[in-house]
Amino acid sequence: MSAPKNFDEFMDGLWKQNPIFVMVLGMCPTLAVTVSAVNSISMGLATTFVLAASCLLVSLLRHAIPKQVRIASYIVIIATFVTVVDYAIAAISLDLYEALGAYIKLIVANCVLLGRAEAHAARNPPIPATLNAFGMGLGFTLGLLMIGGVREILGAGKFFGFSLFSDHFQPWVVMVLPPGGFFVLGAWLIVFAAFKHASNKRNAGLQGVSS
Amino acid sequence: MNNDTIANILLTTILPGNFVLAMFLGMCPFLGVSQKLSTAVPMGIATAFVILVASVSAYFLNLLLVHFHLEFLSVITFITVIACAVQLVEMFVKKTFPELFRQLGIYLPLITTNCAVLGVALFQTARNYNFMQSLAYSIGGGIGFTLALILMAGLREKLQLANVPTLVQGAALSIMLGGLLSLSFMGFAGIGGGE
Repeated sequence: MSAPKNFDEFMDGLWKQNPIFVMVLGMCPTLAVTVSAVNSISMGLATTFVLAASCLLVSLLRHAIPKQVRIASYIVIIATFVTVVDYAIAAISLDLYEALGAYIKLIVANCVLLGRAEAHAARNPPIPATLNAFGMGLGFTLGLLMIGGVREILGAGKFFGFSLFSDHFQPWVVMVLPPGGFFVLGAWLIVFAAFKHASNKRNAGLQGVSS
Repeated sequence: MNNDTIANILLTTILPGNFVLAMFLGMCPFLGVSQKLSTAVPMGIATAFVILVASVSAYFLNLLLVHFHLEFLSVITFITVIACAVQLVEMFVKKTFPELFRQLGIYLPLITTNCAVLGVALFQTARNYNFMQSLAYSIGGGIGFTLALILMAGLREKLQLANVPTLVQGAALSIMLGGLLSLSFMGFAGIGGGE
């Protein structure tokens, strides 16, 4: 495996196949915990750790796991790392642990994890598998932060807990309530679709000129 | 011990605390299987059944884990039990309704990674529900999930006739619809006396 190939694996997860905006996977934590930027980042990093660690292990064990029981084995591997993260967060910050609640344990049921283990880690050697998982995890974190940041600014007038506006700011409360999650994610998807549309148009135009 | 009454829990989980629209559990099937009413209804029922089985088994498993002071194993044991329950449902559907099995496709085994199922098991443990309360919680959750899926499928069937701008088509549109549904379900806040 050469270095550029590995870098590609990393970027693939981070941007080209961003789990939230491109593949629309792992929606439950995406919408549930993104009420503030801090929550989003912690959730994203916790998911990244579980993703990278379980993909590494799945990739190492890819010849040892029989095909028939692979899904069950992946789930148990993922659940083990989730338990580790769950207890680690409880030990580091009890406030954060209470804010994220059962959603840390629900990382087990995040489709991104099983999807990566099945579609990538089970077919690739450890190094590219881990890099891809790491990129995917950071891409997930980025997506969460983009949603969480917007929701915190609009819904509470703060960013990472710092007030941005004067006392006269009227918070747009619905943004930190459940519907706000749907609206912000939907808005981002439309923004990305618009970018893609514009770049497709440009590419089509260039091809027209060259031919 | 939690003091919520049975009726209270049932109403709360179906309407204002709907699993999909207020707690964001089970988003994948909500977005993936809600194109047609004919698949949304059986998918909702299958999931509701798995939720019920998972909740009952999680309740007894938890008693066992607490007895042996093995609470840290809860996630691993719950997910294994859920995977087995899903396998059971999958075999049953494949045997009795092969046509339906084909339509549901990948989403049937994916019930395993449906957060709603694991969520019920985890939330009922976190809230110290007793057996009857857990039962009400899981039945309400299943009904709420099916309701959300059916409403969404109905909306999307109607939308196929509408002229939607190309940019908004696909996932963005379904998520915006989910937002509107979620907004309207917030209007039920207060039913059930909780929160």
